[in-house]
Amino acid sequence: MSWEAVIGLEIHVQLATRSKIFSGASTAYGASPNAQACNIDLGLPGVLPVLNEQAVEMAVRFGLAIGAQINLHSIFDRKNYFYADLPKGYQISQFETPIVGEGSITITPETGSPRTVGITRAHLEEDAGKSIHDLYSGQTAIDLNRTGTPLLEVVSEPDMRTAQEASAYFRQIHTLARYIGICDGNLAEGSMRCDANVSVRPSGLAEFGERTEIKNINSFRFVEQAIEHEIARQIDVLESGGKIHRETRLYDPDKDETRSMRSKELSNDYRYFPDPDLMPLNISEEFVAQVRGTLPELPHARCQRYCDDLGLPAGDAETISSDIDRATYFDQTIEAGASPKQAANWLMGELSAYLNRHATDIADSPVTPTQMAQLIQRIEDGTLSSKTAKTLFDALWEAGADNSAGTRVDALIDSLNLAQVSDDGALTQIIDDLITANPKQFEELRGGKDKMLGFFVGQVMKATQGKANPQQVNEIIRSKL
Amino acid sequence: MTSNTNTPSDDSTPTSGDGIDVAHLSALARLALNAEATSEVASDLQSIVTLIDAMRTVDTEGVEPLSHPFDGTARLRADEVTEHPDPEHFQRNAPATSDQYYLVPRVVE
Amino acid sequence: MNDVFSLREMSRALADGQVSSLELTQDHLARVKEVDSRLNSFITLTEETAIAHATAADTLRGQGDKRPTLGLPMAHKDIFCTEGTLTTAGSKMLSNFVAPYDATVVTKMADAGMVSVGKTNMDEFAMGSSNENSYFGPVTNPWDTDRVPGGSSGGSAAAVAAGLVAGATGTDTGGSIRQPAALCGITGLKPTYGRVSRFGMIAFASSLDQAGPMTRNAEDAALMLSVMAGFDPKDSTSANRDDAWLADVLHHGIAELERPAVIGLPDQYYENSGNQESLAEARRELEKLGHTFKSVSLPHTDAAIPVYYVLASAEASTNLSRYDGVRYGHRCENPTSLQDLYERSREEGFGDEVKRRILTGTYTLSVGYFDAYYLKAQKIRRLIAQDFDKAFADVDLLLTPTSPTPAFHKGQLTDDPVAMYQQDLYTVPTSLAGLPAMSIPCGFSQGLPMGMQLIAPAFREDLALGLAAQFQRHTDWHLKRPGESN
Repeated sequence: MSWEAVIGLEIHVQLATRSKIFSGASTAYGASPNAQACNIDLGLPGVLPVLNEQAVEMAVRFGLAIGAQINLHSIFDRKNYFYADLPKGYQISQFETPIVGEGSITITPETGSPRTVGITRAHLEEDAGKSIHDLYSGQTAIDLNRTGTPLLEVVSEPDMRTAQEASAYFRQIHTLARYIGICDGNLAEGSMRCDANVSVRPSGLAEFGERTEIKNINSFRFVEQAIEHEIARQIDVLESGGKIHRETRLYDPDKDETRSMRSKELSNDYRYFPDPDLMPLNISEEFVAQVRGTLPELPHARCQRYCDDLGLPAGDAETISSDIDRATYFDQTIEAGASPKQAANWLMGELSAYLNRHATDIADSPVTPTQMAQLIQRIEDGTLSSKTAKTLFDALWEAGADNSAGTRVDALIDSLNLAQVSDDGALTQIIDDLITANPKQFEELRGGKDKMLGFFVGQVMKATQGKANPQQVNEIIRSKL
Repeated sequence: MTSNTNTPSDDSTPTSGDGIDVAHLSALARLALNAEATSEVASDLQSIVTLIDAMRTVDTEGVEPLSHPFDGTARLRADEVTEHPDPEHFQRNAPATSDQYYLVPRVVE
Repeated sequence: MNDVFSLREMSRALADGQVSSLELTQDHLARVKEVDSRLNSFITLTEETAIAHATAADTLRGQGDKRPTLGLPMAHKDIFCTEGTLTTAGSKMLSNFVAPYDATVVTKMADAGMVSVGKTNMDEFAMGSSNENSYFGPVTNPWDTDRVPGGSSGGSAAAVAAGLVAGATGTDTGGSIRQPAALCGITGLKPTYGRVSRFGMIAFASSLDQAGPMTRNAEDAALMLSVMAGFDPKDSTSANRDDAWLADVLHHGIAELERPAVIGLPDQYYENSGNQESLAEARRELEKLGHTFKSVSLPHTDAAIPVYYVLASAEASTNLSRYDGVRYGHRCENPTSLQDLYERSREEGFGDEVKRRILTGTYTLSVGYFDAYYLKAQKIRRLIAQDFDKAFADVDLLLTPTSPTPAFHKGQLTDDPVAMYQQDLYTVPTSLAGLPAMSIPCGFSQGLPMGMQLIAPAFREDLALGLAAQFQRHTDWHLKRPGESN
């Protein structure tokens, strides 16, 4: 029998606010344990939550970016369950009336064609703290710094059919969240985590099979591996006559397996009800319109523009537009006067290689978009050859990395003596000398042996240390025939 | 908000007003009650439920629920860091800590 | 100190230089030490900080600070977080909890120069109507040592009635200021929901809890309210209002009513009341002062107790989930697992009534019951609020009994939680509607003080206070002290 998987993802996007969703404590990552857990985050007796306006704005921004309905009236509920890193014994979340309603997003899996994934809803909630099980023997250590960090939980429709699609969807949400500036996108720090609902069914069947939920996956690779593994496990169980049980499973990347989570067994009656400490959230049409006005060009539109207006190949357009910082760098390079094709080539070639080698983010690139544009212009006006341009790029990188910012490109070309020799008189003199020194070769060239042209050009290059303009050299030699 | 459709649980839920499953409720509320306390609480809860059941006859057709005495709207806070907590200050009340962590018996996930 | 002063009298004596705050504070502390072993109205006496604050107040006064509240001794119900001081909410769960921050109300009163001499006893987590649910033992009614002071602010009520302090803070969720005020013969005001910040006030039921003053008379209640009230950005349910009378009352006392009031008498509150005689007399007095009466109907009154117990228990059941033995509060010995830690810490840390309410709330919020109980109760809550709106279209204020009976005997209702809940019959509807209401003494029954309740429209505490102050200028019920009249 052939099987088809049905996959839906719940992605928790940590919103990049300065302070927490209901308290004034910092959300910065990496503080010492509990140094960012204030009385509200600790759930001390008597404390009360007050909603962070920035979290609301970010949720709306996301909703608009996925073309979703923004619910002008939404409610915060208490989701009741006990856990050591959940200080109040309930999580403030949105249950029945989320701030963001139905929307959708287009994904392009590595194999397969683009498709639309429905997004059921996105709601605001508070993050829990962290339980650390391996620090003390027999005890779990609790760090509540993360408690109260705003989360936007993005719930997809069960629209994905392969692990690759799920991973592409996760990437796309990641790209989008970074684009609209609501998340730093740092997966290693847990800024985006996802739970995957996975079921399988015989191909062609309309009903869904029983599903399991895989918790807390925090990388693109793991989401693919975990789902891949879970699909295989479910098929194994079903093919050997077993049944899938609704349960929560944890993915262990070291062993590449999922296992049932014991700690989740009891938490199944959450007793949701509107949090009496918080009034309903009402936002105005004007506010939504105002947020709409601040939305940047979104990845899909940008990719389209790169193809249609700038004439980039689809692959290049996709690569550049998939990261907000890369796209911004690209746009700034164009604005500073570079041709789109050259800019794309340099960005994905030399710059990308240097960034990788030095583990540097493009936003922190030592070579600025303005410098990059000047470099490209000097190639186009014939000042630089592709070889000297690379030398110049390296010099710019070094100078930038040395923090001697603002290095002028032209000054550096001069000081490194990288300009092509384009002086007719000087080149003619060199060529005349070469003809005199190599009469036999010149006769062969004159006799129609075109190969000899290469010989003379090479010699000119040698004599000028590669700085002669090859096209000009060609022309002068031909004029001598 | 119209009605609450909490996800049904997998284990046994109380089935009717006259058979309150105190063991289930005390498990949800994390209260260890011994057998004697359980039966005492069961009878108290029964009379409380009888008391509150009296309201079920009130006609509420078309009435919107009221969550707060005055229908209001959430007031928002500016996104500013105003708290700079000192863990030592807060952990003076903690039953078990080490290196600024709160400690609980080992949890198996 | 020959007799117990009111806050206003002490304020004048301080202003005239007849007495210092230090002397007043030392007198108060001495009286608590002398009398309170009998009453048990205090859980903690904060002698050192009280003396330091009184001394500081005297220094300020020497520098020309003339604020009427400067240096006045008072007490806080032990439900308000006080930094550096034990804050128990009457529970074993918090019997070791030294609050690491101050409640907004505590900050406001300290900023006004008031001197807290200690923390008063209360029903555990404010759940109760007799103060018999305190981990720190029951409070005795100063009028009759066999009787309860009412609850949950029974410690504050008994302390004021016995003259240990002239003013104390209380909190009222379903009657916890007004009922003990009535049973102890003092004045107690539950302000409009949102008038006083709830930040730092240990929560029982968030949509109902409201702090207010418990004093010897309406003037002192107004004085304390003017300090306690005000918008607090830390409380999302705090009302952002600017009522000029609240500032005026601090310096000039309660203003005369602009005109005689039309006072509504809700039929449903007079059907079974054992309080008819003293209320009738109060009515005659008010009539003499030119006020008129009108019968009104609040048809959903009967549903108020069930609705209240559904909503309050539901909110309480989750408000109390934070007491888990992890970050503060009671932790059981040698927990074997996280589960064991939770279950035993909570079983040992909470008293019976608290457990009953947690379980009731857990039940009504459970899968399958939410619509029938919680949602239904919220709908009836709206109907109850609308009843009041309609009534206030015709009348300025409502006059009702505060409690069905005078102070009852200790142990009389402890075995019957549902009978105990009926104590809140007349106070709960206003809590559900969020309206301001106060109880003032209006007579005696079997030698025990009786209270009458004045209910005002939202944010019109000035009307209730105005009428109460006028009534108290013409009667002396509020001047009776335990051991004198009976």
